[in-house]
Amino acid sequence: MSEVLLSVDQVTVQFGGVTALDNVSLHINKGEIFGLIGPNGAGKTTCFNVITGVYAPTSGTVTFDDKSLLGLKRFQITKRGIARTFQNIRLFPDMSAVENVMVGVDAHSKTSVVGAILGIPRSRREETESRERAQELLKFIGIEEYAEVAARNLPYGHQRRLEIARALGTNPQLLCLDEPAAGFNPAEKQELNELILKIRDQGYTVLLIEHDMNVVMKISDRIAVLDFGRKIAEGLPQEIRDNPDVIAAYLGVPDDAA
Amino acid sequence: MIYRTFWDLTVSGVVLGLIYALVALGYTMVYGVLRLINFAHSEIFMVGTFGVLISLTKVFGISLFDDGQYPYRSGFMLVAILVASTIAAMVVSGAGAVVLERTAYRPLRGAGDAYGAVVLAFLTGLVASFLFSDHMMTNLAISAVITGPVSVLYVRIFRRGRQAPRLAFLISAIGSSMAMAEAVATWGPDQRSVYKTPRVLEKKVLFNFLGADVRIDYVIVAIGAILMMTSLLLFVNRTRLGRGIRAVAQDAETARILGVNVNSVILVTFLLGGAMAGGAAMMFTLVYDQTRFNIGFLLGVKSFTAAVLGGIGNIKGALLGGIVLGLAENYGSSIFGGQWKDVIAFVVLLTVLMFRPTGILGESLGKARV
Amino acid sequence: MSITESFRHRTTPQLQLGNRFRSLPRSAKWSLSALLIAAFYLTPYWPQVPVLGWIVNTPGTSFENVLTDQIMMFILVALGLNVVVGFAGLLDLGYVGFYAVGAYTTAVVTSGQFTLPWIAALPLSVIMAMFAGVILGTPTLRLRGDYLAIVTLGFGEIIRITANNSDWLGGPRGISKVPHPPSIGPLKFGVLNAKPYWYLGFTVILIVIFVLTRLEKSRVGRAWAAVREDEDAAELMGVDTFKFKLWAFAIGAAIGGLAGSLYASKVGFINPDNFQLQLSILFLAAVVLGGTGSMYGVIMGGFLVAWIPERFRGFSTRRYFVFGVVLVLVMVFRPQGIIPRRGAAAGIAQKGESDV
Repeated sequence: MSEVLLSVDQVTVQFGGVTALDNVSLHINKGEIFGLIGPNGAGKTTCFNVITGVYAPTSGTVTFDDKSLLGLKRFQITKRGIARTFQNIRLFPDMSAVENVMVGVDAHSKTSVVGAILGIPRSRREETESRERAQELLKFIGIEEYAEVAARNLPYGHQRRLEIARALGTNPQLLCLDEPAAGFNPAEKQELNELILKIRDQGYTVLLIEHDMNVVMKISDRIAVLDFGRKIAEGLPQEIRDNPDVIAAYLGVPDDAA
Repeated sequence: MIYRTFWDLTVSGVVLGLIYALVALGYTMVYGVLRLINFAHSEIFMVGTFGVLISLTKVFGISLFDDGQYPYRSGFMLVAILVASTIAAMVVSGAGAVVLERTAYRPLRGAGDAYGAVVLAFLTGLVASFLFSDHMMTNLAISAVITGPVSVLYVRIFRRGRQAPRLAFLISAIGSSMAMAEAVATWGPDQRSVYKTPRVLEKKVLFNFLGADVRIDYVIVAIGAILMMTSLLLFVNRTRLGRGIRAVAQDAETARILGVNVNSVILVTFLLGGAMAGGAAMMFTLVYDQTRFNIGFLLGVKSFTAAVLGGIGNIKGALLGGIVLGLAENYGSSIFGGQWKDVIAFVVLLTVLMFRPTGILGESLGKARV
Repeated sequence: MSITESFRHRTTPQLQLGNRFRSLPRSAKWSLSALLIAAFYLTPYWPQVPVLGWIVNTPGTSFENVLTDQIMMFILVALGLNVVVGFAGLLDLGYVGFYAVGAYTTAVVTSGQFTLPWIAALPLSVIMAMFAGVILGTPTLRLRGDYLAIVTLGFGEIIRITANNSDWLGGPRGISKVPHPPSIGPLKFGVLNAKPYWYLGFTVILIVIFVLTRLEKSRVGRAWAAVREDEDAAELMGVDTFKFKLWAFAIGAAIGGLAGSLYASKVGFINPDNFQLQLSILFLAAVVLGGTGSMYGVIMGGFLVAWIPERFRGFSTRRYFVFGVVLVLVMVFRPQGIIPRRGAAAGIAQKGESDV
């Protein structure tokens, strides 16, 4: 019996005259890897942004862990347990890898500004713990040797992994990955698949936007498909693969079909 | 305190506002294209006023007083003088803006070229020569000698072509502003005092609008400003170069890839902004009959405020912002007293930004950066 | 060779110097620091040292007075503004406002009808300035970078004009007869000898450096850096950006007020002309010239901006022209500042900093 972690209920998002999401509903269960796919412009990123709090829906609600996310500020949503990566990597370029992750870990730090100024014991303790946790996460994703290297100097693949580590630093329940395989060759995509599975096995729930079918089909437990802002299918990878609407959305319908 | 009627304040407020608006155009366009607050634009305006001064006193040989009377001119002569002086101001300001861009900003974009190198080398030589002599001729001689080799060195450094952080642009702008104002203050004939400009236009009252006297100089300013702004809008919206400006303002990288010569676009933007400031300079001297080495400063701050008020990067916004500001200042000083005039500008700005963070008409020339 | 070492070619002389200092044994570090601090306490005596004296001394005016009237204040201000501009990445063009609040608070409270002792006036000035920072920051920190600049500029002007128009603040004449600090032990703060002011001021500077270093290395400093480098990403990583930006403003303002308070007590009279917009610009120039975000850089910047016009008084009326040209030249050839902060050493623009 699976427990619903995130629920998107009849969410519509309108920008001026454009309807980016049209009455979309879906839910993500705890511990699963959920794939969100669809042709370009389908609204995947908008949906992503609504879930992570970047946009507020024009109507509809998003419920996380049985509590509504409406009206919360972005950083509050992150503190509640939703973390994300970005399509065009947005690391803190001049901070080292470990510092990048520490920013994520700091999300749950209880040290106040005054406490930091005074150098109270808790401040010092949390600082050490934060660094240790960050190092742990770097090791988990496999780039611990690059801990002190500035993020801008890391090779591309390592940057993508660092983003994931940073998101994990915020101790999320739901990890949202925005096209994590972009720019990867097949071998790297395989490594990424393994990493995501490893993350799931640690107990995290994963929401994944991805264009590459090899990645999505292989590791998702369930998939939702968007097209023109509407959800056109949701279910197991098998079902999605064989769904005629999905095929039509991606490949188009031949002219002579009805 | 002279009591002024509402329409009196309105009319003069609009005229003042139009001057602000013309200067605001320079700020808004450069910001739209480069995301840079061109702090030195105020001095571009100031040198324009000195262009008018020189045109009137040196080229046309008009003195401040003719036997104790204002040196009024009329008819064709008057028109010729006004037009020529306007052109002089626009040329001086435009040229100043171009030199400024090449010297103080282009190198920071990693696109430094020989022209900028020469100017910088000359300035380096000049400053170095101060260590040795007070005599202007000696200073110039030393600078001339140093300019050659040093500019070669600078060109080589420029070839490395690295982009500087945004704050560096701001400080470079500030330094340029300071250098230009101080140059006039130090080497101008009257140095830091007020320079009066000959009043060639007899400020007759043309007509009366609801109790307010509308003088001919107000009318000239209004017509001139509207002409200039209309031409600018036409240029930006209808010509190829204008399209280039809008493209670079929205996405410089893509524009470059599509073959737009970004450096030219930026140069033209500065040139246009400078020309507008030159026009404003002419109008300013027409209305106020004077100038000074530091008149640019306060007017510049207010004009930039007007640009932000109307929506930075938005040309129509600059016009609206300028007028709103001019009116607000007049009404405000009448209500609260003249000494609060400058505060009013900022209070208005703050209030507007609270409710419309991108200014009244919103940003337009370029997109808002999230 | 470790991965980190393989990136070593990206260091600069300053970084290497810093690294070498850090790798010294503990006792050596302490001794060297103590020696440097002692040397700086003795700054008023530098003009008497052979070569150093000639370089540093200001012809025409007493070096001591330049040191305590201007250099000291500029260094403090640069440190404070650095928190706002350098650490948090917020463009503040009206910092003189906080400086003025500090100065006026001290002046009003020690020379008016109800006089407080100086020892109470100083913290009160700091608190008032901090308060001003919070008042300014709360509505305006939601604005985008460059808008913040123009609004803060307005704030500085509003403070000055209000002081000019308010009789209880002395109006255009300002407030005179601001008392000097009371004697602390053997140190007498009179009119003739400026040295005690330096000892006091330098101690304050050391405390400020200590506090700021602690902040910079804590989660607060990290949050500031994250906000500076990519505010939106920071927010999505759980950083309460508004809170930290406001704190940067408040702390920066507090230090500015501190500097203003010391200034008022030293010179004894203040008026609105002391707090013009040009001063805000000089403050900013000090920070950028020295190296935005780098504490020792901005100290150097503060020193230079205050000292150069005095040192080169020989240039007389051309001083400020020269200063302007120097600013441009430094920005063209060394935009990252004299002592850049770590990461900015190569002078490469940050994300979102370059546009064309």
